[in-house]
Order: sequence, then C-alpha cells, then structure tokens
Amino acid sequence: MSTFLLILITGIGLGALYFLVASGLSLIYGLMGVLNFAHGAFLTIGAFTGLWIATKVFPNPTTWTFIFSMFAGGIAAGLFALLMEQLVITRLYNRHIDQALVTVGVSLVVTALLGGWFGFDARFLPTPLWFTKAATIGDAIIPVDRFIYIGVAAILLIAMLSILKFTRIGLIIRAGVENRSMVTALGINVRLAFSTVFFIGGFAAGVGGVLISVFSYGVSPLMGGSWLIYGFIVVVVGGMGSIAGSAIAAMLIGITNQFANYYVTGLGDFVVVIILAAVLLTKPTGLLGKVSH
Amino acid sequence: MSSLEVKDLHVTINGSHILQGVNFFVPENKVTALLGRNGVGKSTTLKAIMGLNPGTGSIKFGGTEIVAMPTHKIVRLGMGYVPEDREIFASLTVKENLSLAARDEKPNYEMVYALFPELLTRTGQRAGTLSGGQQQMVAISRALLNQNKILLIDEPTKGLAPKLVTEVAKSLAHIADHSTMLIVEQNLALVKAIAQNIIVMDQGKVVFEGGPENLQDESFVKSMLGVSGGHK
Repeated sequence: MSTFLLILITGIGLGALYFLVASGLSLIYGLMGVLNFAHGAFLTIGAFTGLWIATKVFPNPTTWTFIFSMFAGGIAAGLFALLMEQLVITRLYNRHIDQALVTVGVSLVVTALLGGWFGFDARFLPTPLWFTKAATIGDAIIPVDRFIYIGVAAILLIAMLSILKFTRIGLIIRAGVENRSMVTALGINVRLAFSTVFFIGGFAAGVGGVLISVFSYGVSPLMGGSWLIYGFIVVVVGGMGSIAGSAIAAMLIGITNQFANYYVTGLGDFVVVIILAAVLLTKPTGLLGKVSH
Repeated sequence: MSSLEVKDLHVTINGSHILQGVNFFVPENKVTALLGRNGVGKSTTLKAIMGLNPGTGSIKFGGTEIVAMPTHKIVRLGMGYVPEDREIFASLTVKENLSLAARDEKPNYEMVYALFPELLTRTGQRAGTLSGGQQQMVAISRALLNQNKILLIDEPTKGLAPKLVTEVAKSLAHIADHSTMLIVEQNLALVKAIAQNIIVMDQGKVVFEGGPENLQDESFVKSMLGVSGGHK
C-alpha cells in the first residue's frame, strides 16, 4: 500500500509538471493554430532565470527566495514568449508550416546560446532544505517536493481557469478557440488575446522550468526539448485549446508512466505512446478537445 | 452616413475567381436584398465587405474606404454582421455570446430581449444546446446590441422550421423599419415584405438592380433566380 501511494503521488507530481508545460501549448495551438516548437525554450529560459536568482541574487535559499525564483522564471519566460510572438509569429499568421519552422529555429538558437554561455552540463538549483525532506502518509514516505509541484500546478490551473471564466480577455480566448474569425467579426481585435495567451503559456512553462530543475536535479540547455515531447503528447491526449483537458491528460500520463515504470520496468514511455495512439484512433480531437485545426 | 458602395470587387479563393467585378450601392435607411442562385457569390460578397475574405476593388462605407481594413476595424465603423449558419459560440452561454458582442458603452439589451423574450429565460444556457431558431435569435441579437449603421444579414431563415421562419421574419421586419440593411435571403416572401431594393447576382457578377416589384413577375424570378416566384 505504501508503494502504491508513493507511486501515485509521484505520478501526480510528474503530471503536475507535464501540465505546466502543456497548458500554454494547448491554448496557443487552440486559439492560433500555432504549433509552437519553441515552447521548450520558454521552459529552459524560466529554469535559467530561476537558477540565476537562486545562485546570484539570493544565494541563501529560503522558501520566499524559491517562490521569487519561480515567479521570476515565469515572468522571464512569459516576456520571451511575448517578444517572440510580437517579432516573429505576428508576421506569420495563417502560415502554419513557416510558423513551425521558425519556432524550431528559435528553440535551436536558445539552446545553442545557453549552451555556449553556460555549457551543457546540468547545474544544481539550490532549494530550501525542507525540499529534500519526506512526509509520511500512512506507511508511505513521500518526498515533499512532489507536493510542491502539485500545489503550484493546482494554483496555476485555478488561476488560468479563473482568467478564462471570469475576465473579458478569457471570454475572447474561449470564443477564439472555437471560431477566431467570428470573434473579429464582432469588432474584437483578437491579436490582444493572442499576446495574452503567449504570455500566460510562457509564464506557466517558465514556472514549470524552475520546478523541473528541482525534479531533474539540475538546469541544462537541453531540458526544454525532452519535456516538450511530453507536452505535445499531453496536448494531443487532452485536446487542443482545453486547459481542463490538459490537466486531466497530464495526470493520466504522469500516473500511468510511474506505475508502468514500477510494475513493468522501463516501459513507462511505451505505455504513454500506447495511450496517445489509443486516443488518436478513438477520439482524434482529444479527451476535451474543442478545435481540430 | 451609412450607405455602402461596392465597385469592381474581385475575390479569389483557393485559385477560384469567385467575385468578378461586383458593383452595387446600398442606400441609407433602406433594406437591400442580395439574391441569386446558390454558389453565385452572395455570401462571399458579404464576407468581402466584412474583410473576412480579402478582395480587391473598392468598398466605401459611409464614404470610408474599407477594402483593405482589418475586420474588427470595419465592424467598429458601425457594421453588424449575422453570418450564414449563425456561427454562435456553442460552448459559451447565451449571456456570454451577447456580452462578447457588446462593444457600445450602453449595449441595448432591453431592445434585444424585447424582440426575443425567449432569450431572457435562457441566458445561462450554453448556446450549442439551443434550437436552430434560438441560435438564429442569438446571432441576430449580437448584431443588434450595438448602434450599428448597417446590418449585413446572411440567410437568416436558412434551415429553420416554418414556424420559426415566421418568427424571425417578423423580427427582421421590425428591425428593417429603422435600419440600413443588406440581406442575403432565398425566401422571396420575406424579401418582398422588407426590401426596398433588390440586387441579383449570377456567376460572380451583379446582373440586375431594381425594385422588389420585379419579384411579382414570374418569368423574371424564374430566369434570374431559377425558382418559382410563388413561394421561393
């Protein structure tokens, strides 16, 4: 029972990280049809910003400095995402192949620049001491960092759903995911919604980058690429443009991956691909998909 | 100024030359009906005016050239659009559909709910679960909420049950009393009831402009629209 609980909570924690990567990807694709291969770069930029804060600005880690690192990572990644949207994506709307190519290019450039600057070895991101402790639930001993991933993802999920549900820009985004041209036909400049979605997506990925650095024991220029693949799988399984779908799919994949890895050693990724194939064959729009570009 | 003047409008979609030099004039405070067989370019014309289908030529709305203008700016000049097939946002509630469309400081909800009282009882219902007629009411309401100078309405009775056609037609007749309107409609009874001008299109061009009295002429209707004048 204790092993089951440990794997379950670790799976939920992993799913929380997948959600942070996938939520922005899902909204960006859902609203704008942009297949954003640079999303991994947002994550990496967030992680490096967090590393800089945690090592140079506040070298003695506390809970508050870690929260600040996460926030700064999110802001830096959000601003980078916004900059990329303004400088590159706005010139390529409705040119989907060009968008995909240019975002691949941005991703490669960011990886190369960070690699050239910092090297490709993983760097340790200092955390408060209590991050390394474990909590006891029943007979299970669970590392506390799992709860931090879950808590942060839950806060961001609630914040994103609240923005979508209760604000005018959220209303425009929800409508735009369904029918972008009709939103413009109501006199709404949908570009503002595009920029907002890029910033929110970048912010979530940046926060995720800092947390992934803790989970993966280090910050590396290559981290974005490997997590992006899982992000895309979550988006496809959850459905384009659906934040709730991304959350459900992230949990499904995180938990399944952990259980499969424990009970059928090393087959976690294989099982994730099976889930992806099953969803694509039975429900191509994903679990809660609203659009099918 | 709410007149609309279209001159030498060309639209090409996926290599097909759909509009081939369309010319017409929609006078202020009158209802103009755009007629023609299926596929002659009526909806494409409306979308081109809205900036949803990029075109070349000239479209002047109240004297302002709008042909290369982004759609949201055209709408803000005072143009309301009711698209073919309604295009309501199915996952949003009726209230959200309406509030999304409201851009005036004081949107005219009272008038909309007076015209379509049924919507008032369904404000919290998801628009995708409404009947076809109720969805059309939402689509028309979105255009009526603001003080628009002109309304472009594309086949408002398409696909509706006969009872609902009467209801929507009644509402349109009420709106037509005090609006400039360009309406695409296959229901000739409705056109006769509300239009002061008719424009007939064929193969991407305007082939006739005149008064609705021409629709009384069976041979005119048959040759221009390919239908019998009595009911369609």
